[in-house]
Amino acid sequence: MRILPVPAQPDQGTPPTVNPQSTPPVPPPSLPVRKVLTMKKPFRAGEYAIEKFIQSVAIISLVLIGLIFVFVFREAYPLFTGKVLAAAPQAQVEEAETYGVDPGAPDIVEAPELEQNQENFKPSSLVGPSWQPVSLDPKFGLWSLLAGSLKVTLIALLIAGPVGIFAALYTSNFAPKWAREGMKPAIEILAGFPSVVVGFFALVIMASLLQNIFGFQYRLNAFVGGVAMALAVVPIVYTVSEDALNAVPKVMMEASLALGATRWETALFVILPSATPGIFAAMILGFGRAFGETMIVLMATGNAALLTASLTDPVRTLSATIGAEMAEVVFGDTHYRVLFFVGALLFMISFSLNAVAEFFVRNRLMKKFKGA
Amino acid sequence: MTRTKSIIGKAVVSFTGLCAFSAVAAVVWIMGTIVWGGHSHLTWAFLTQAPAAGMTEGGILPAIVGTFMLVVIMSLVGVPVGTITAIYLSEYTSRGSKLANFIRFAVNTLAGIPAIVFGLFGLGFFVQFTGGTLDRLFSPEGKLVWAQPNILWASLTMALLTLPVVIVSVEEAIKTVPRELREASLALGVTKWQTIWRVVLPNSVGGILTGAILAVSRGAGEVAPILFTGAAYFLPNLPHGFTDQFMELGYHLYIMTTQSTDVEKTLPIQYATTLVLLLLTFALNFGAIFMRYRLRSRRVAA
Amino acid sequence: METAPHYAKLYTKDLHLHYGPKHALKGISLDMKAYKVTALIGPSGCGKSTFLRSLNRMNDTIDNVNIKGSVFVDNVDIYHKKVDEVQLRKKVGMIFQKSNPFPKSIYDNVAYGPRIHGLRDKAKLDELVETSLRRAAIWDEVKDELKKSALALSGGQQQRLCIARALAVEPEVLLMDEPASALDPIATAKIEELIYELKTTYTIVIVTHNMQQAARVSDYTAFFYMGSVVEFDATERIFTSPKEKQTEDYVTGRFG
Repeated sequence: MRILPVPAQPDQGTPPTVNPQSTPPVPPPSLPVRKVLTMKKPFRAGEYAIEKFIQSVAIISLVLIGLIFVFVFREAYPLFTGKVLAAAPQAQVEEAETYGVDPGAPDIVEAPELEQNQENFKPSSLVGPSWQPVSLDPKFGLWSLLAGSLKVTLIALLIAGPVGIFAALYTSNFAPKWAREGMKPAIEILAGFPSVVVGFFALVIMASLLQNIFGFQYRLNAFVGGVAMALAVVPIVYTVSEDALNAVPKVMMEASLALGATRWETALFVILPSATPGIFAAMILGFGRAFGETMIVLMATGNAALLTASLTDPVRTLSATIGAEMAEVVFGDTHYRVLFFVGALLFMISFSLNAVAEFFVRNRLMKKFKGA
Repeated sequence: MTRTKSIIGKAVVSFTGLCAFSAVAAVVWIMGTIVWGGHSHLTWAFLTQAPAAGMTEGGILPAIVGTFMLVVIMSLVGVPVGTITAIYLSEYTSRGSKLANFIRFAVNTLAGIPAIVFGLFGLGFFVQFTGGTLDRLFSPEGKLVWAQPNILWASLTMALLTLPVVIVSVEEAIKTVPRELREASLALGVTKWQTIWRVVLPNSVGGILTGAILAVSRGAGEVAPILFTGAAYFLPNLPHGFTDQFMELGYHLYIMTTQSTDVEKTLPIQYATTLVLLLLTFALNFGAIFMRYRLRSRRVAA
Repeated sequence: METAPHYAKLYTKDLHLHYGPKHALKGISLDMKAYKVTALIGPSGCGKSTFLRSLNRMNDTIDNVNIKGSVFVDNVDIYHKKVDEVQLRKKVGMIFQKSNPFPKSIYDNVAYGPRIHGLRDKAKLDELVETSLRRAAIWDEVKDELKKSALALSGGQQQRLCIARALAVEPEVLLMDEPASALDPIATAKIEELIYELKTTYTIVIVTHNMQQAARVSDYTAFFYMGSVVEFDATERIFTSPKEKQTEDYVTGRFG
C-alpha cells in the first residue's frame, strides 16, 4: 500500500488565528515561529476513508450473524407457510441435486411420493417421536434426534466437565512448573485434532475397546460418541476454567493461607467457589460445542434415529442428521427444509448458550472481583 | 486431625493431577495409535498418486491438493478481513464503545456456531442465493454454473468459520505492541493510520501469521462446512477453476471410513490419510504455538 | 505570575481534566515562557505528567479523559475543535519517561517523522538526520553505525536518540516527561547538559521527580500537588524562599 499523502503545510503567509484577548506572541527576531498553528483543521480524506473502510469490514462479523440466521431460516421458512412445493421448481427436481457427492450411489429421488406429502405439511408434525424422512409416509418428528443430541452431550459433559475442571485446578494450584508448562501444548494439540480424526479414532479403536470392556450390544452407540466427544470438549472446559481460576485475585489465596488453611483447602473451598461463574461458562461453552459437533457423532454413534432411554443404544443427533442427509435430499422439498430448520435450531441454541456464557463471565465475574 | 488432612490433601492433588494426566495421555494415545497404524503405508507413492480401483488402492494426491487450494483461498479472504477487524477493535474503538462490544459479541458467537450450520449457510447463501443470482444474470439458458457446490463457495464458507480465530489471535498480537511505540509515533505529528501502518502492523506480523496458521489448521481439519458446499467423493481431475468441486483430506477420510466398499481392506489407507491430516494440523499448530511463545516472550522482555 | 501572558509560548487557563470519575487536574493556569525551561515538580500522582500530556493533546489517545478549560500554544487554543492535533504535535514534540525507540535502525528512527511528513530527498534526509543527532549530542557516538538497531544502544543513548527523533520533526516546544528517571547519573548528566543547550532554540517543559535536576536545569518551577499548582515562580525562588509551606516541605524533602 502506498504512503498516504502528507497534508499540505499551513501557509506561512497567513497570520495565526489569535486569541482575541491577548496580543500576538513576540518571539526573538532571530528565532521566528516556524510552524503556524491554524484554526483550519485539514480534512484528511485518506485517513477518513481508511477509518470508514476498516469500520465497515469490522461490521462484517456483526452482519454475518444476521445473515446466517436469515439464510438458514429462509430455507426453512416455507415449512411454516405450508407452501413447500412452490419453492421447488420442477426443473431442479428433475436434475436431482445430490451435491456431487457419491455419483455412484443410487439417487434417492422419490419425488412423486414426496410431492404428495409436501402439500399439506404441518409444522406440528415436527413434534413427534419418529424420524423417517425417506419413506412412503415420511415422518419428521424431531424428538429422537433431540434425545440423541442430549444423550451424547450429557455423556461428553459428565466426562469432560470433571476432567477439564480438575485438570485446570491442578495446573493452576498444585502443579509443579514443568507440568504446567507441559499441559498447555498438550491441551492445544488436543484442541487442534480435527474432529474427523477424533471420529476415526472412536470408530476404529475406541468403539471396539469399549464394546469389549462393557459388552455393548451395538459397537457404535451414544456412549462411544459421548466419550469421543469428551475428547473434543475437554480443551474448552479446561481453558475457560483455567482462565477463571487464574482470575481469582492472589490476595484471596494469601488470606486463606495466612489463616492456616492448607493449599488444597484453599484451592477447593476458596478458589474453586470464587471461580464458579467462569466454570459455569466453561460448561456452557462445552455443552455448545458438544451439541453442535457433527463429524464425531456422524462417525461414532451408529446414526440410528431411535428414541430409547438407554445410553448405550445407537443414536442420531440433530447435527449428524444434517450432515448425513443433506447430501441426499431433493432440493427444496420438505426434507430439505426440515434439515434447514434443524440447522436454525442449532444456530439459536448456540447463540443463546454463548449469550448466557458471556453474561456469566463478563458480568458476574467482574462484579465479584471488581465490586463494580 | 492434621494427619487425615494431609492424606486428603494428597488425595486431592493426586486426583486432580490424574485428570490433567489423562488429558495428556489421551493425546499420546491417539497420536501413538495413528502413527503406529499409518506409518508403514505413508509412502511417497501414497502422497503423489490418485486413488485407484474404486478408492481401495492408490494414493491421496487430489485430496492433498484440494485441501491446499481450500486453505489458500480461505486465507486470502479470511486473514485480511480478520486482521482489519482486529485493527478496528484494538485501535479504533474505546473501551466503552457499543459498536465494538456488539462486534466482540458477534465474534464470540461466531466462534460458537456449529460448523454444520456454517455448511448450511454456505449452501443457502453462497450456492443458492449468490450462485443463483449470478447464474440468473450471466448464465445462458438457465445452465447451472455458480449455483452449485464448488471450491470457491467451500473456501468462503470456511473463511467465515475461521474468521474468529484470526480476529482473536491478531488482536492479541496487536496488543503486544507497546503503547509507548504508538505514542512515540503520534507525538511526532504522525496520524493514526500512518502510525498503525508504519508502527503497529510491522510489529504484529508475527501475530497475524499466527492467526493465519491457526485458521489454516482449523480449516484443514473441519469437514462439516464443506460437506455440501463443494467437497466431492471422488474426482478424476484436479480442480481447474472456482466452479469445480474438489477432494479434501478430512472429507476423504470420512468417506473412506463410513462409505467405502471395503472398509477392512482400506484400513491402512484410512490410517495413512489420518496420519497425513494429523501431521498437517500438528505442524501448523506447532508453528502457531512456537510463534505465540516468541510473541509472549517479547512482551515479557518489553 | 506577574509576567504578561504574551511572553508565554504556552499557557493554560483554568485547565480541568477528569479521568473517569477522578478529577486529575483542578483548574491549572500556568505560563511557560519561550526559550526557557519550565520544570513541573511534585509527588507522584499529583497530575504533573497528565498536565504535560495535555499540552500536546497526547491525552486524546486515552479513553475516558475529559478536558475543560484551555491550553494556548502561540495564543491558539489547541483544544478548539478546528485545531488539528496532528499539526500541533509537529510543533510540540514529546520525550517520554521510558525511552521508546522503534525497533528499527538508528537512522530510520530519526528519519521516521520527516519521511512521513513528506521528505523524500535522500541528501536532505541525511543532512537532517545528522543535524538532529548532533543537536541531541549523540552524533559522535553513533555516526559510524547508523544502520545498527536502535535497541542495541544503552539506555542513555536511546533517550538521546529519542530526543534526536523528536528534533528531526523541527518542533518549537519540547515536552519531557521525566526523561532521565530511568538513567544512571552519568547519562542523566548528559541529558541535563543537553537540555541546557536545547533551550537556546526550543521552549522546554520538563516533568521531574528529582529536585536537584529541577534546580539545575530549569528557569521556572511549578510545584504540583493533588492536581493543583501550589506555587509557580522562578526556580531560584522556589528552592530558596518558597512562599507556601507545602512547597518548602516538598523541596526540602520533608514529604513526597
